[in-house]
Amino acid sequence: MAETAASARVTPVGPALPVVGKSEIKPTWCPGCGDFGVIAAIEIAVKRLQLPSQNVVIVSGIGCSSNLPHFLSSYGFHGIHGRVLPVAEGIRWANHGLTVIGTGGDGDGFGIGAGHFVHAMRRNVDLTYVTMDNQIYGLTTGQASPTSSMGQKTKSTPTGVIENPIEPVALALASGATYIARGFSGDPKHLADLIANGIQHKGFSLVDVYSPCVTYNKLNTFDFFRQRVYKLESAGHDPTDPVAAWQRALEWGDKIPIGLFYKVDKPTYEDLEEVLSAGPLALQAAGLRGKEKLLDEFV
Amino acid sequence: MTEIGVRIGGQAGDGIASIGESVARSFSRMGLHVFAHNAYQSVIRGGHVWFQARASDGRPYSPGDSADILYALDRATVDIHAPSIRPGGTVVYDPEKFSLPESGLPSGVRALEVPTLAMARKYTSQSILQNAGGIGATAFVAGIPLDLLHQVLSDSFGKKAGEIVDWNLGASAAGYHHAETHWSVHPHALAKRGAPKLLMTGNSAIALGAAAAGCKFLAQYPMTPASSIMHWMAAHSHTLGIVVKQAEDELAAVNMAIGASYAGVRAMTATSGGGFSLMVEALGMAGMTETPVVVVDSQRAGPSTGLPTKTEQGDLNLMLGAGQGEFPRAILAPSNPAEAFHAMIDAFRLAEEFQTPVLVASDFHLSEDFMTVDREEVDFNVPVPSLFTVPPGEPNYLRYQYTESGVSPRAIPGQPGLQFVAGSDEHDERGHLVSDVHAGIPRFVSERQRMMEKRMKKLDGLARSAPPPVLEGPPEAPLTFVSWGSTVGAVRDAREELTERGKVTNLLRFPTVYPFPAEPTRSLLAKAKRTLLVEANYSGQFGRLLRAETGFACSDRLLKYDGEPFHPHEIVARALEVM
Ligand SMILES: Cc1ncc(C[n+]2csc(CCOP(=O)(O)OP(=O)(O)O)c2C)c(N)n1
Ligand code: SF4
Ligand SMILES: [Mg+2]
Repeated sequence: MAETAASARVTPVGPALPVVGKSEIKPTWCPGCGDFGVIAAIEIAVKRLQLPSQNVVIVSGIGCSSNLPHFLSSYGFHGIHGRVLPVAEGIRWANHGLTVIGTGGDGDGFGIGAGHFVHAMRRNVDLTYVTMDNQIYGLTTGQASPTSSMGQKTKSTPTGVIENPIEPVALALASGATYIARGFSGDPKHLADLIANGIQHKGFSLVDVYSPCVTYNKLNTFDFFRQRVYKLESAGHDPTDPVAAWQRALEWGDKIPIGLFYKVDKPTYEDLEEVLSAGPLALQAAGLRGKEKLLDEFV
Repeated sequence: MTEIGVRIGGQAGDGIASIGESVARSFSRMGLHVFAHNAYQSVIRGGHVWFQARASDGRPYSPGDSADILYALDRATVDIHAPSIRPGGTVVYDPEKFSLPESGLPSGVRALEVPTLAMARKYTSQSILQNAGGIGATAFVAGIPLDLLHQVLSDSFGKKAGEIVDWNLGASAAGYHHAETHWSVHPHALAKRGAPKLLMTGNSAIALGAAAAGCKFLAQYPMTPASSIMHWMAAHSHTLGIVVKQAEDELAAVNMAIGASYAGVRAMTATSGGGFSLMVEALGMAGMTETPVVVVDSQRAGPSTGLPTKTEQGDLNLMLGAGQGEFPRAILAPSNPAEAFHAMIDAFRLAEEFQTPVLVASDFHLSEDFMTVDREEVDFNVPVPSLFTVPPGEPNYLRYQYTESGVSPRAIPGQPGLQFVAGSDEHDERGHLVSDVHAGIPRFVSERQRMMEKRMKKLDGLARSAPPPVLEGPPEAPLTFVSWGSTVGAVRDAREELTERGKVTNLLRFPTVYPFPAEPTRSLLAKAKRTLLVEANYSGQFGRLLRAETGFACSDRLLKYDGEPFHPHEIVARALEVM
């Protein structure tokens, strides 16, 4: 997709601009928030791919993490809570020359937005979804999230969570995503590789990121992850093997894998939508002028 | 106005709608004006369904009150509908299927026995042909020429020609000739009058209007009575280059449409009240991010799942108030297919010009009923300008710039040098949030106030650009009907009947219900004597809006919430009471 984004005619006008970088707004996250590592990784990835600012749209929902689009120099859509993916899909279908990156939190994507998550993946829409998974609701000051651990004490679960967490990687495998990775914001370089490869992958790419909330999650801290994560790349994992991917996705405890779980090449929704074969929808002719024959069906 | 009405009834699964549509289409091809009403229930098989086709030399705006010919496929149809057959009328039925009530038919109505099953058996033992003889006989009595009926039937089979089509033509010809031998053409039958007319449902007209306006993207989740908008669009998606997406739910549908619009295509969604309720939060997002979007709410009788296949105008309050906080919106309310076509063009124009959501209120009655339209009424020469209007690299570009009109220059992703973030949080001219670290700081308090005022100012422009209210009939009439949406049709027919009875009335109708056109309404009502509010809901929602916006209270009301569209005779009766 990177080559399309850089070379395709995306609008009727204008030259390419400098690649995506920082915007004039400084991130407003708490000092030490995991999301700093995520934005750093995104910056490295888009620089490496030389994506021009005007051809990238970063979409988000609501949450601390969802403020991210404001801090980069690309186009952005900071929508409502949980609706990142339908907005991002609409943007892709309106102009599939654009590089679309969805961002947001675990609550946004796997709680209120869970329905859209599953459907966007089964459609294999060509976008990259980077979730800043801190196992907590940060912006609303520390309630349980769909990825909070069993027994975890939060403001809304003072005696501990009594539901099983969602495992985003497993859910993505079950739903048909074609690039499924997990990163750690304590390792932005590794994360940048996962994101860059996700952007280049044609199809739905999930990059679920352990991105600790230093203010409200005292369980899943940077140290918690540093002590546990290991890289699939150095563990002999074969990312083309869905059964192996499934087994790795269920690992949690003393050892937690990060890296690329699974990747497969399949046609994207945009490939299969015949209307888009004529080029980006936003550049196609519109209206019915000269098509009066259409009225014959009503005779 | 001379008219002839044909009603066909039977069980769901009997193919009533397709027989009915063939009759209606035969009339429209004869150049007659037609209004056709399709009454069914929310089941796929079983349950009583009926179809009424009303043809006339003048324009009927409603299904009318009664019919002249009843083709009954079962006994229940006779029991339910024979009382609405006018004297001189005919009931077509097959005595092999059922017998008539012992009490007989209403006076002046006679039964034409047609051996439809026997006619079908000549060709096949399957049940597929059993209506053909009845359609033929009905067509004869209704004055439809056999060759024209045959053309319509052949066309309805499309390309899948073969023996089934020949059998249908044979059996319907047998029915036609049977009636010709034993019966006579109804005295009200009309002759061919010029060029064929177009026959379309409100939903077809809505889809067609959207396409003419330049719509390139529809996302929708199935819900009666809005679904056939998606069906029409999907059927034409490839030829017209329109992306049609069946979404996972209405939350997704409206958010997809807003995303697509943000990225530079004209986009819409359509639903009924239940789905519209799910779209509410995103409407505010479109208002806040200043992204155009067109949303059709085809209302059905509520609350909750309500009566899925019955009509009501009960969502007006919902449409007026949908969304937390305040943002500019327009609500258009066409009354028939021709108006619906134009309402969609207006909706896209207004949404685009004012960068805000525009709602189009339809309902079951408008969406699913058929009406004839003249070709001149659906002009495809609609301006569809490019959406890439801001020059690339414009220095100091401000997406949410304060302007006199409240409308700011809109950049589209892909344009170099104009990058901005569309924020659902409150923001400044640049699009930067004022909701988090800045909220409450004096400079940003006034920024918020200015930004609210900028957005809300667009209401003035919307009010000036949206179609104004229309007074039909003599201004000095002693009775003024006040109505909106699909109910306007029955009011027009009622006015015609009242005129025939020497009673002068006029009608004030509202193609735009919001922003409420208070000034023109006040002056149009200045001369009104008695005013009769007619709308299809329990509490008189439009009447309350009118009063809130103008202080004007209608002197009388006729409200209906039984799920059926208004019948002209109900309106005539109420008018005579109050006049
Ligand atoms: C419809 C709706 N419900 C609730 C909220 C309040 N809310 C804002 S952010 C949020 C959850 C944030 O958690 P997450 O998505 O994990 O993001 P984080 O802040 O942890 O990055 C909630 C519940 C909202 N904005 N909209
Ligand atoms: S509350 Fe947590 S998630 Fe939000 S900015 Fe602070 S550290 Fe980050
Ligand atoms: Mg979170």
